[in-house]
Amino acid sequence: MDFKKQFKEGLLTKNPVLVQLLGMCSTLAITTSLFNGIGMGLAVTAILICSNVLISALRNFIPSQIRIAAYITIIAGFVTIVDLLLQAFIPALSESLGVFIPLIVVNCIVLGRAEAFASKNSVAASAVDGLCQGIGYTVALIVVCVIRELLGKGTFGGGILNGGEGIRLIPSQFPAMQMVMPVGGFLVLGFVIAGSQKLMKHLEMKNKKKEAAK
Amino acid sequence: MEAIVGIILSALLSQNFILVKFYGICPFMGVSKKIDTALGMGMAVTFVMALASAACYLINLLLVMLGLEYMQTVAFILVIAALVQVVEMFLKKFVPALYKALGVFLPLITTNCAVLGVVLVNVQEGYNFLLSVVNGAAGGLGFTLAIVLFASVRERVDKTDCPECFKGFPIALIAAGLLALAFMGFSGLKIF
Repeated sequence: MDFKKQFKEGLLTKNPVLVQLLGMCSTLAITTSLFNGIGMGLAVTAILICSNVLISALRNFIPSQIRIAAYITIIAGFVTIVDLLLQAFIPALSESLGVFIPLIVVNCIVLGRAEAFASKNSVAASAVDGLCQGIGYTVALIVVCVIRELLGKGTFGGGILNGGEGIRLIPSQFPAMQMVMPVGGFLVLGFVIAGSQKLMKHLEMKNKKKEAAK
Repeated sequence: MEAIVGIILSALLSQNFILVKFYGICPFMGVSKKIDTALGMGMAVTFVMALASAACYLINLLLVMLGLEYMQTVAFILVIAALVQVVEMFLKKFVPALYKALGVFLPLITTNCAVLGVVLVNVQEGYNFLLSVVNGAAGGLGFTLAIVLFASVRERVDKTDCPECFKGFPIALIAAGLLALAFMGFSGLKIF
C-alpha cells in the first residue's frame, strides 16, 4: 500500500473533479460560499470512506451481475445516514445544500470509486483511497468556492468566518452577482480546470527536464 | 390549470433543470457532442423522468403510510434503477427501433441526478400526482432543450482554435456558461 502515491493521485494527478471530471453537478451547484464547499466536501469524503470500506469488505460476496445495484443500495444507505445527521446537528448546512445531499447517491465519484477501486482492493487500501479522493474533491470544491465567492460577493469564508458574513475584501458595490449564479459556476470551473491542466503540463515538463539532466 | 402552465414554463425556461438548477450535468457534458445523440438522450431522460415521477409518487404514499419517510432516498433510487431496467426490456421487446436509437443511453439514466432530483423536488414541494408527472415531463423537456442547444453550440466550439489548456472540457464549460447566461434572461419570467 502506497499512501503517498494514493494521496498524490487523489489530490493532483487523478483529482476526481479537475482530472476525472466526475461529480460535476454538486461542484457547480453548491460552490457559492466556503461553508457550503467544506460541508459538502466533508460529507462526500465521509460517505466515500464508509462505502469504500463496506463494498471492499463485501467484494467477494456480491455477485458481479447485480453489483451496481448492490453498490447503489449501500451508498444510498450511507447518504441517508449523513443526511439525517446533518439535519439533526448542522441544520444550517442541511438547509443551504438542500436536495444536493440526497443527490450524493448519484454522484459519480462515489459509484466510480466503488467500481474502479473498492471492488478490487483490500479494506485498508480502499479506506485510504476514499480518504484521498475525498480530500481531492474537497480541495477542488474549496478552490471553486473561494473564487466564486470573492468575485460574486466580494467576501472570503462566507458562512463560517466573521459571524457568517465572511471577511469583506472587495467593497460591496463592486462584486459581479452573476458569479454566484449558475453562469459563474460554469465559467469559474472552466477556468479552474484549464488552469489545473496548464499546471499539470508544467509539472510534467519539469520532471522530464530533471530526468533528462540526470 | 394555472399551476400546470406555471410548472411547465418554469421547468423549461426560468428554472431549467440543467442551466439553472444543475441537475444532470454529467450527461449534459458527456453526451452533447452530436445533436442527434443529444436528442436521443433527452427523449430517453424525459420518458424516464415522467415515469419515475409517477412511480415514486405512489411509493412515497406507501412510505408515508408506514411512517418510513427517512427511507425516501434509498427507496427512490431503487425504484428508478428498476424502472430503467424495465423500460429497457420493454423497448427491446416491443419498440426495437426506439431501443436501438436510445440503447446505450438507457442504463446511464439511473445515475442521472435529474431523475432523482425531480422526484425529490416533487416530494419536497408536496405536488399531487398530476403535478408530479407534469413536473417530471416538463423537467425532461427542459433537459432536452438545453442539451440539444448545447450540442449545436459544441459542434462548432470543438473545431475552434483555442489555447491548449482550454481544449476539450474547459472550453465546453465556458460555452455552457454563456448558454446559462442567456437562460438567466428568463429568470424574470412570471406569467402567473
